[in-house]
Amino acid sequence: MGQMHTRMKLATLAALAAGLALLAPITATAQDAPAAVETAAAQVAAPDAAMVESVTDAANATGGSYTPMAPTKGKGMPTSFQDDPMKSLTFQDQYSDNGKYALWMHNDILMPVITAISLLVLGLLLYVVMRFNRTRNPVASKTTHNTMIEVIWTIVPVIILVVIAVPSITLLARQYETPPEDAVTIKATGYQWYWGYTYPDHGEIEVISNMLSPEEALKRGEPGQLAVDNRMVVPAGVPLRIQTTATDVIHAFAVPSLWFKMDAVPGRLNEKLLTINEPGLYYGQCSELCGARHGYMPIAVEALPPAEFAEWVKSQGGTMPGAEEAAPAADQVAALTAR
Amino acid sequence: MATTAEGFDIHDAHDAHDHADHKPGFFARWFMSTNHKDIGTMYLIFAIIAGIVGGAISGIMRVELAEPGIQYLGWWAQLMGGADDINTALHMWNVFITAHGLIMVFFMVMPAMIGGFGNWFVPLMIGAPDMAFPRMNNVSFWLTVAGFFSLLFSLFVPGGSGPGAGTGWTVYAPLSTSGSVGPAVDFAIFSLHLAGAGSILGATNFITTIFNMRAPGMTLHKMPLFVWSVLVTAFLLLLALPVLAAAITMLLTDRNFGTTFFDPAGGGDPVLYQHLFWFFGHPEVYIMILPGFGMISQIVATFSKKPVFGYLGMAYAMVAIGVVGFIVWAHHMYTVGLDVNTKMYFTAATMVIAVPTGVKIFSWIATMWGGSISFKSPMVWAMGFIFLFTVGGVTGVVLANGGIDDNLHDTYYVVAHFHYVLSMGAVFSLFAGFYYWFPKMSGRMHSEFLSHLHFWTFFVGVNVIFFPQHFLGMQGMPRRYPDYPQAFQFWHEVSTYGYYIMAGSMVFFFVNIGYALVAGRKAGANPWGEGATTLEWTLPSPPPYHQFETLPVITDAHDYHDHRPATA
Repeated sequence: MGQMHTRMKLATLAALAAGLALLAPITATAQDAPAAVETAAAQVAAPDAAMVESVTDAANATGGSYTPMAPTKGKGMPTSFQDDPMKSLTFQDQYSDNGKYALWMHNDILMPVITAISLLVLGLLLYVVMRFNRTRNPVASKTTHNTMIEVIWTIVPVIILVVIAVPSITLLARQYETPPEDAVTIKATGYQWYWGYTYPDHGEIEVISNMLSPEEALKRGEPGQLAVDNRMVVPAGVPLRIQTTATDVIHAFAVPSLWFKMDAVPGRLNEKLLTINEPGLYYGQCSELCGARHGYMPIAVEALPPAEFAEWVKSQGGTMPGAEEAAPAADQVAALTAR
Repeated sequence: MATTAEGFDIHDAHDAHDHADHKPGFFARWFMSTNHKDIGTMYLIFAIIAGIVGGAISGIMRVELAEPGIQYLGWWAQLMGGADDINTALHMWNVFITAHGLIMVFFMVMPAMIGGFGNWFVPLMIGAPDMAFPRMNNVSFWLTVAGFFSLLFSLFVPGGSGPGAGTGWTVYAPLSTSGSVGPAVDFAIFSLHLAGAGSILGATNFITTIFNMRAPGMTLHKMPLFVWSVLVTAFLLLLALPVLAAAITMLLTDRNFGTTFFDPAGGGDPVLYQHLFWFFGHPEVYIMILPGFGMISQIVATFSKKPVFGYLGMAYAMVAIGVVGFIVWAHHMYTVGLDVNTKMYFTAATMVIAVPTGVKIFSWIATMWGGSISFKSPMVWAMGFIFLFTVGGVTGVVLANGGIDDNLHDTYYVVAHFHYVLSMGAVFSLFAGFYYWFPKMSGRMHSEFLSHLHFWTFFVGVNVIFFPQHFLGMQGMPRRYPDYPQAFQFWHEVSTYGYYIMAGSMVFFFVNIGYALVAGRKAGANPWGEGATTLEWTLPSPPPYHQFETLPVITDAHDYHDHRPATA
């Protein structure tokens, strides 16, 4: 994850350098600029060469290449009983660190505790049924108090709850970490009944995402009711600043395999950090009643390696941050040349 | 002072037989009733009718959900007078979920628990001749009926992309304001006003009755736990319902008079509505379960032939649940964008409720411990309640964690959780109470065989409906969806089979009532034996039209768990 993050930063730097290079002829202090490009290029290792190129291309606003990712069965989507009975009983596999922590807390702390309590109550009831029925115990005792046992069954639950509270509060603190300044911002807007995703850092790209018809989804090999025409494409391994809002009624942006759910409320801008660990296609659905087609505005998050994300940005006519700064500069050059 | 008979001389003047059993004519008796037992009976009949309607709607929903795709909604939409297009059909779904929720909460559980059993047995248990305000009692009932009709009426007028209000029982703005054009939502909101006003009047009536009309010697700490539970419930109603009334009045003015309480375009905030709604809504869930707690306490003690264990702990656990119930509301709103400290507070506060609830569960078991238990029909329902309420309670502890709720919020896990505490908790306690008091109310014994058959089939049915919904929720199936991806099909289908079992089991219930009323054995004053110690069992079954014309006296010498007068 850290590696990918560094690569993103390098790409940004390279794009910045490329922009500076274009500025060079008209800048008085431009002598060092070509050198900067060389240094940047030297720092970027061979595998990233393509990316630098793509980023530079993006600055020149030419098309990039993007092929929608094919879904992986059982990843980022619900599993049917027929496919895997055990998996159909529990949470989807998690692809974010907070999701993994929450899943651990549920599976290793909450589940054992609630199972034990339920079985304890069931066991006590069954014992009482067998031991204290009218036949075996014809004369009832008259006991109505036992201070010690009353104190115990008050204190022990308190202790159990404190034990639960520790990871619970930790989880909340982790979920509310402020996104770093260079996090990739994506604003998800709920509409009746589709999603719009804007990328303010990437030249205000706007993606309008509608559900595919069941036939079309089948044709594309995607799960019906979850597949969309245009996905929310994001870089994997990079902190994302997800913002949600709505224009008409309240919607909720939810992706179960990322342990992420945030209401999209008109007049509010909610914001939360999300880092997706690995590339993949993660489906979700609107999770706040929003009218007739509430069940028909799914969410598909496609996480790509940063280089491919940059390609996608290019294909949408957007710009990578940094490169964005270069673009007006290029216009300026053109304007000056024309004069 | 102790006798009340003198006040009714006017009847004696023209009536030879026992004055206590003189009943007014049909219209005066049932439409202008001031008799707590008659009003209680009407509430119970009303709740059963509303329960049939609400239960039938859930059947429509379960049948639709048995397989993916939309099968029957269009047909229903057209039956209700809607257009023949997909949006109208899908709107119909939202109308069903809304109607099911509102009917079950406001017109089934609440009228049955508080209006029905509360009216019938609070005066009997505290040794009072009637409620404090008998005329107001009648107003409460008919307001509730009017509310039900307002809600039913809303189904037949436009409410957006089809007839009916499709906002969910929570009526969230802005879906309920700018999001729903047409009068249906106004009628649904007005129905809540009416039912709410009825409940507030009922609550003041119960508080006044319990504080002022207890038999001589019956101190608060000698009251049966069912009376305690109704007292706490009445306070919750009195404090919570006005907040709902305010919130939904603001909805009405936002809808019709151009205010913008919940509209950001005018400086309002949709989340404000949610805070107001849940400030009412969370106490509301305790309003629905606390009288059940009270009934279970009476029943467990009766059939174990033992006084209830830890009486004071039981009473004050209910008070604690009531108090804490007012400061946990935002756990229904974990995903609206609360800040981290708020979410941590509500997580901690919510988990605290598990402690008094645990006290109650363990005290019921301790009451049975050492008892001489007979497994009569009320007792098996009560034991079913204790186990299923525990299961619903522990999933509540899971959901209390704000960070865990991020995944489960608005999924079927939540649906499973609140049906375990309501459709198994509250409803099991209602059936337990019904079988417990039916001989007292009707004077006839029901069939124990049919009651047990009803219990076991219902127990299996509701568990088959709702246990798989935990799986669906964890896999990510959202609430309030008429359709779903193929992956969820299996557990939805299982859930629908559960509904058929549950619906079938209700046949036993109705056959049992019919059998009892037509051919049931006559019930004596106390059909349940020495364990039944509260005052209602000192009266004949059914009790006289007016009871306790000479007030019973509870002496100090008497054990405070045994509420009968020393002479009885």
